[in-house]
Amino acid sequence: MRYDYVGVLIYMVLAVGFVLIGMTAQKYVSKFLRTNKPNAEKLSPYECGEEPVGGTSIRFNIRFYVMALVFIVFDVEVVLLFPWARVFTELYPFYRMALFWDMLIFVGILSLGLAYIWGKGDLEWVKSFRKHLSPAEQVARKPSKKEAA
Amino acid sequence: MHPLLNFAHDVLPFTKNWPDWILYGSLVFIVAFGILNTLVAPLTGISTYIERRLAGRAQYRWGPNRVGFRSMLDALPITRGIAKLGDMQPFKFIGSKIPGGLLQFAADGLKLFTKEDIIPAQADQLLFRGAPYVILAGSFAAFAVLPVSFHFRAVNLNIGIFYILGISSIVVPGILMAGWGSANKWALLGGMRAAAQIISYEIPVAIALMTAVMLAGTMNMADIVETQRSGYGMEKAGMLGWYAFRYGGLMLVPFVIYFIGGCAEVNRTPFDLVEGESELVAGYHTEYSGFRWSFFFMAEYSNMFAVGAIATTMFLGGPLPPYPVQFTESLFGPMGNLGMVLRFGEGFFWFFAKSYFFVLLMIHMRWTLPRYRIDQMMHLCWKVLIPIGLVWFVLMCGVKMVRMEMALPPEKDAVAEVHK
Repeated sequence: MRYDYVGVLIYMVLAVGFVLIGMTAQKYVSKFLRTNKPNAEKLSPYECGEEPVGGTSIRFNIRFYVMALVFIVFDVEVVLLFPWARVFTELYPFYRMALFWDMLIFVGILSLGLAYIWGKGDLEWVKSFRKHLSPAEQVARKPSKKEAA
Repeated sequence: MHPLLNFAHDVLPFTKNWPDWILYGSLVFIVAFGILNTLVAPLTGISTYIERRLAGRAQYRWGPNRVGFRSMLDALPITRGIAKLGDMQPFKFIGSKIPGGLLQFAADGLKLFTKEDIIPAQADQLLFRGAPYVILAGSFAAFAVLPVSFHFRAVNLNIGIFYILGISSIVVPGILMAGWGSANKWALLGGMRAAAQIISYEIPVAIALMTAVMLAGTMNMADIVETQRSGYGMEKAGMLGWYAFRYGGLMLVPFVIYFIGGCAEVNRTPFDLVEGESELVAGYHTEYSGFRWSFFFMAEYSNMFAVGAIATTMFLGGPLPPYPVQFTESLFGPMGNLGMVLRFGEGFFWFFAKSYFFVLLMIHMRWTLPRYRIDQMMHLCWKVLIPIGLVWFVLMCGVKMVRMEMALPPEKDAVAEVHK
């Protein structure tokens, strides 16, 4: 039907309106019920009661970025395979095995990519750089028993 | 013609003169408003009550057992008499059955309403204030296409399940907005973890759902439900027709993958390291307080229900009951609108019962299992669920292909059919 996405829009407008009404009520109605005495300590970032140290533009783990990159590749796979899955049973009588091979090649290429990332160690959350060191450095940096455990 | 429009023309004849889009818009508005107010908001409250009671049982303590109807009645001198009446002999069996603590969520909501609304001085105002809107819009919009009963869904999208996968991703920018905008290190780390976790687990979830879509040959949620009526050569197979039990139980694997991934997507234990209180205080909503915070909570519980509802629709037959022939099927025609209401009731009962089963399962999991570490979680997603999911997808394609091959006429005839 033509208006189907109007329904979706109505849903989203309602959800936004729900929050909007709640926040407006919070702002104007509960003003008479609650305290409102902000001070510098109250408005500072919460760091478990300690004085906040430094800003929040801190470095975070590069893993998050790598995960996002890997995700994009696989999400594209899903986006392309979904229509295939939708028409598979419909078109099978006409194209037979060709349909299946199409999908298999596509999934195969992506699985190769996954295997490559896996082998590179990029799926590990804590990536070891030991094998990139020279043998002499590896000996020099040999972890003690306590560290290895 | 949309079934909703037919129903409206039937019950309220004067709407026949209205333009379609006005009627459709107002109907969807009413339905959406109804779902929001009868399903999402109270469900959140009841779910918190049930969760806290179950947590109490799991930890050998009571949980909320005071704020109930009884304490409400006790509050005023006039109503206290009614409560006393409930203690007397003929009514005692009623008075003792009303659970205390049932209204705890209402009391909590009221308390949140009277809390001070604190926005950190360094916070990014736009991101901080905007995050609850984005998160709630994303989690609530997924309810639009759920087939809550037979012949009944607010919006009949032909790409139903694909739309759900897309729209529920809107939650991710919302969480990142909250995490980044709070100007708090815990919130930032929580937001980052949440984003990494949700997007990672979206892939096994999508692959598992794709397997069901491949078997059904349609992405429309209601049509997927219809394909689960039959199975194993039976016209009406009841429970055996559900995708989780089709193909000799082969589809149980995508079903389990979906449920694990779904738990991770809504950040429930054992995957709640996003808001792991022992390491990140409260994750991305550390700085939120009062009523503003409650929207995050509401989004979490409605997301839990949505995960259960999607699992129900795709793998457990949605509103289809486990017995083969629905009681109300024969009532549909002869009893007119009453039959329609009864039929709606039967479908809704089974849909809700099955979906809520998953919510209860998630609550039990939370109080049973310890939390994953982030490297274990990523390991589970990328090295276990995704490879198994992909292999199973190809396997199910093969199974479906063999079955279709057996049902088809020889290849020559099929080619002749095309060129005719």
